[in-house]
Amino acid sequence: MKVLTRREFLKFSGITAAGLAFSQLGFDLTAARTYAAELRTELRIKGAKETPTICCFCSVGCGILVSTDLKGKVINAEGDPDHPISEGALCPKGGSTYQIAINDNRLKKVLYRAPKSDKWKEVSWDWAFNKIAANIKKSRDKSFMEKNADGKVVNRTNGIASVGSAALDNEECWLYQKMLRSLGLVYIEHQARI
Amino acid sequence: MTNHYIDFRNADVILNMGSNVAENHPVSFKWIQAARDKGATFIHVDPRFTRTSAKADIFARLRSGTDIAFLGGMIKYILDNNLYDEFYLKNYTNASFIATPKYNFDDGLFSGYDPNKRSYDASTWALEKDDKGIPKRDMTLQDPRCVYQLLKKHYSRYTLEKVTAITGTPQGDLEMVYKAYCATGAADKAGTVLYAMGWTQHTVGVQNIRAMSIIQELLGNMGIAGGGINALRGESNVQGSTDQGLLFHILPGYLPAPRAQWPAREDYNKTSPATKDSRSVNWWKNRPKYLTSILKSFYGDKATKDNDFGYAWLPKLDTTQDASWLNLFDQMYKGAFTGFFAWGMNPACSSANAGKVRQALTKLDWMVNVNVFDNETGSFWKGPGMDPKKIKTEVFMLPCAAFLEKEGSISNSGRWMQWRWKATNPPGAARPDGEIMYDLFKKVRALYKKENGPFTDPIFNMKWDYETDGKFDIHKIAKEINGYFLEDIPEHPVDKKAYKKGALVPSFVFLLDDGRTSCGNWIYSASYTEAGNMAARRKKTDATGLGLYPEWSWAWPVNRRIIYNRASVDLEGKPRDTKRQLLKWDAENKKWAGDIPDGPAPPMGTEGVYPFIMKPDGVASIFGPGLKDGPFPEHYEPLECPIEKNLMSNQRINPAVKIFEGAADSFATCDPRYPFVCTTYRVTEHWQTGVLTRWLPWLTEAEPQMFCELSQELGKLRGIENGDKVLVETQRGKLEATAIVTLRLKPFIIAAQTVHLIGLPWHFGWIYPKDGGDSANLLTPTIGDPNTMIPESKAFMANVVKLTKEPAKPKGGDKHGR
Repeated sequence: MKVLTRREFLKFSGITAAGLAFSQLGFDLTAARTYAAELRTELRIKGAKETPTICCFCSVGCGILVSTDLKGKVINAEGDPDHPISEGALCPKGGSTYQIAINDNRLKKVLYRAPKSDKWKEVSWDWAFNKIAANIKKSRDKSFMEKNADGKVVNRTNGIASVGSAALDNEECWLYQKMLRSLGLVYIEHQARI
Repeated sequence: MTNHYIDFRNADVILNMGSNVAENHPVSFKWIQAARDKGATFIHVDPRFTRTSAKADIFARLRSGTDIAFLGGMIKYILDNNLYDEFYLKNYTNASFIATPKYNFDDGLFSGYDPNKRSYDASTWALEKDDKGIPKRDMTLQDPRCVYQLLKKHYSRYTLEKVTAITGTPQGDLEMVYKAYCATGAADKAGTVLYAMGWTQHTVGVQNIRAMSIIQELLGNMGIAGGGINALRGESNVQGSTDQGLLFHILPGYLPAPRAQWPAREDYNKTSPATKDSRSVNWWKNRPKYLTSILKSFYGDKATKDNDFGYAWLPKLDTTQDASWLNLFDQMYKGAFTGFFAWGMNPACSSANAGKVRQALTKLDWMVNVNVFDNETGSFWKGPGMDPKKIKTEVFMLPCAAFLEKEGSISNSGRWMQWRWKATNPPGAARPDGEIMYDLFKKVRALYKKENGPFTDPIFNMKWDYETDGKFDIHKIAKEINGYFLEDIPEHPVDKKAYKKGALVPSFVFLLDDGRTSCGNWIYSASYTEAGNMAARRKKTDATGLGLYPEWSWAWPVNRRIIYNRASVDLEGKPRDTKRQLLKWDAENKKWAGDIPDGPAPPMGTEGVYPFIMKPDGVASIFGPGLKDGPFPEHYEPLECPIEKNLMSNQRINPAVKIFEGAADSFATCDPRYPFVCTTYRVTEHWQTGVLTRWLPWLTEAEPQMFCELSQELGKLRGIENGDKVLVETQRGKLEATAIVTLRLKPFIIAAQTVHLIGLPWHFGWIYPKDGGDSANLLTPTIGDPNTMIPESKAFMANVVKLTKEPAKPKGGDKHGR
């Protein structure tokens, strides 16, 4: 029996009429229902752009193919059959990543909660950046320590701490620690510690 | 990991302990199955019977927090039955090294202990050197002070009877596991171990892993295909985020964070490990090159020889300061910080003693929370028991892009740095994290330019030019991490070749300590070179047939897929295991074939180099003097435990742990109010605090709410039936859950008494879904391993009672006393 990869299967099945006798292909016909599901998926992603990415959950590093329509909207996310570790497989979490992109509960606005307020207020990025920058400066300037109790030079900001994040990309992690250290922080921690 | 996921298939025996691989790293299980299909034995050791256990050839149950007793028994078994790999032990480990006469161990304490400081003076744990500074050795392993003999003496106490009494594992099960695993001591057998937070989240976390490392060294399983010590890490880029130095104690590439006692670069460089043995590569001798190169990546042209390359601009920790997680939140609770970033994190649910963290957040003036969804940290001020009107903390909730809405790389547990392409735009105002921090810092800098402030040098001099045509450019950071030649180098000292200013360095081997190179993270050097972005590679060649896939993505360091691989060959460079040829010396052409070797030097022979190139002595450490709690792992009870006395010694808990004594920190041991051992874990359908997965309908439908697993025996004892609402309580807090009364949990017989275990997932939080319950971390204690300060979330004491709407029955109750 010729073994087709899932991709070849899709390619082939995509150009055949639904009524074709699949037994000619050497397939086990018990997979008919699976095929029907595959065909629906195939039609759904017809004309779509496939972008390879890596799952955001555990550390196995499974490959995911994200399909987007002509407007760039995510229409599907599934296992990447070419990926040597996952070989097209995904666990329930990885298989649900479509719902991260298409989700009404995503944070889509910059929110601000004033001291003692009981609600969020929608603000602009610029407003938030200006206010955060002013807060950073105030906290840093007030707590900056040039020399410690032993008289040794330490040049650090004692009044600000940071946690995060293993959810960032490598390049973002590097940039983030660079920013924090340039601001003088030493309380720099994240998920790896817990 | 020393190895990588696909490599599981190369093992003859796989031990999964301190983890539940089938449920928490499901797709990797295909490589365990691939090994089993070829006849491998899969062993699961865990307090609970899980889906991993269901697939195991051997399952053994142990009480949570007793892994060292279990593994100590295995060390004794190996030594008693001469199952170790003698060649490996003598040549590639420090088994033959001689400890100083000052080293001692007595009744649970190593020499050098100071009970007032709860710490050790480790100077008595040294290994002796001869007058040339070379370690003394006894290759016959007979010297009573040699490491091998000390090891034998130490673990002679870990008899099967004692191990059973501590762990609750029946003797027959212990022997079955020991026999199966220790068969991998033969040179042509490979045994691997997969662990996760079930080992790290203990007050003896590091020593759990050390105990297994000793076993792997005894059996010759390190540095080989199908072997190694393999951490199954919990997050997709927690390997990378650690590598990139997002921890208080390390700069990128595991360079120690600067401290007050090293005021200049010269002082810092003196911390580089040294050896007098010319056959030890001691790779860390190169530390000065990596420090200068990282300073150049921080400060660019502003870092010059005259200003010590800006070393003074880096903040310095106090001499022994520990700014790690538990201390951070302890300080916050005490009001030490005015500002706080929780960037891509949810500590209000993920931190041990989460109730203390939630209170700590009320002490801040401001907090920035960057996340994909609303979460218990950003919205803490409206959480249970909080009165917003009394909470002063200003909160900024910044929406960020999800992983498929941006470009960049992440590193899996196998150190594979894999590139992710952008599939779509983030919704609404959400932006990629990198862009957010990039723009935020520009604002901060502009403000300091305008208003000035203390010590502005690091703020003004920082190189912050990662944009192309005015747009943030992640590739520029990836290249910065790899490193550049900053000047024309007509004849490089390494290969005598010429390199042009502005070219990307081919690898960290080319880095210099004189400011002519930059590199943001030396272990990632070679990942983005003049040949392109290595992490983006997708070719599936596999010349060794071992599944190394050297042209798929890229692995640090220098694309080496299995580290310490020189330990897989004999002294002449021939593979010790002919079935799994990882590395082979081609004597004719004087080069290695196979995986990227740990350095190009010829095989060890009589002239070559020792295999463990990152260790100053060049060999693996069976005796490990570098830790805070002893050179050998020793069993201690968890901080909160069910028995009054440690059966191994009179030291009940790890003598080197720090005890937190604030108002929010209380503990209960052998307290009848909290009679059950409690542990936490994850389920397949959720991830970490659920900060992403609770918002995905498919997953929340599958796992909708907080539950408490307990045995049928405990259910009977407490009148709890499957599906009942229960209240789980510890000294720190209480939590409602739905009871799952199951056969998967069983009571243990510990020191002749019955001990019950209960288990909780930690994925839930009050914010969503509405009736999903809250975080299991409301119950966990503030206590950490003395080396890492990773909290002990896997073993603590709790109570569980049925929740009824009727008023509680009067004391005395029915005939069962309930």
